[in-house]
Amino acid sequence: MPHISLPEGLPGITSGFAFRPETAKPMRELAEVLLRGANTLTSGEREMIATLVSDRNACHFCQASHRAAAAHHLGGNYELVDAVTRDFQSAPVSPKLRALMAIAAKVQEGGRQVAASDIERARAAGATDVEIHDAVLIAAAFCMFNRYVDGLATFTPHDEQAYDQMGQRMASEGYVRRNA
Amino acid sequence: MAFRPETAKPLNELVDVLLRGPHTLTQAERELIATYVSAQNECRYCQTIHGAIAAHHLRGNEDLVVKVKTDPEQAPISDKLKALLVIARKTAESGKAVTPDDIARARERGATDLEIHDSVLIAAVFCMCNRYVDGLATWAPEDPDFYRQRAAIVARNGYAASTIQGPS
Repeated sequence: MPHISLPEGLPGITSGFAFRPETAKPMRELAEVLLRGANTLTSGEREMIATLVSDRNACHFCQASHRAAAAHHLGGNYELVDAVTRDFQSAPVSPKLRALMAIAAKVQEGGRQVAASDIERARAAGATDVEIHDAVLIAAAFCMFNRYVDGLATFTPHDEQAYDQMGQRMASEGYVRRNA
Repeated sequence: MAFRPETAKPLNELVDVLLRGPHTLTQAERELIATYVSAQNECRYCQTIHGAIAAHHLRGNEDLVVKVKTDPEQAPISDKLKALLVIARKTAESGKAVTPDDIARARERGATDLEIHDSVLIAAVFCMCNRYVDGLATWAPEDPDFYRQRAAIVARNGYAASTIQGPS
């Protein structure tokens, strides 16, 4: 049961968004810019970073929904997303994305864990400053979203089909929607 | 922030709503929550600037800010704020660390659902901001007067209006 009286029937973060529309607006806009805005990283790549961080924070709602969003951006390739959360170092992704994921994984532990050598490795693999910036901020933002969802003990569905549909909507319609 | 205005805009708006919007918690109380979480996360820049802003709202009482950062249970603040700081600290550890008992204690001491919601979200937001600042190894000045002056500007104009603009 949620810690506070959140609107009923809404899963995960959407109940917090409905409870406090003033904070929901910039939070939705931030997710939209980071995960779907114009970028040299694909939305699939960025959603995989979000999934990896949410998995490490053990936030089931965010992990399952962004896993599905990533898979929908990747033509339904759940296997790749799962390979990343299992062990991104051995997952079949580009060396650049692997280096960005290593940075994101350190940010999840704490910002000061990121070493100059992590940044150098990403640069050597072809990452730009914006890509490095965004990998850090996506990881940081999911450290926020995950804590918000779990800190309020929001309702977490356990029906995998529900997440697949949610992910499809997140991938195709995005995070800033009318009447949402 | 100046490097990426597209993300700075929602970030500033979020912090402005949470720390400066109309509220039953004072701006000083909300800045103290932000400062405490930033201290827990050992983010020097965030704890210093938000501590300075809190002190500004507290008529320069930097001593109270230090007390809250080091031992909130012994600090001369309300019992309600103490309970909200526990919720904030647990949120910073992991959202799952917040227990129904923590919430019940805050309620007994008069906290509303909105105050509990915002304590969780302020803590979550600073877990983001702290990681953003430290993950990029941003520059943090040593001089305390830098933070006092900056705090006065932010307290007057808000976060969005005080972002230092980069070259356009």
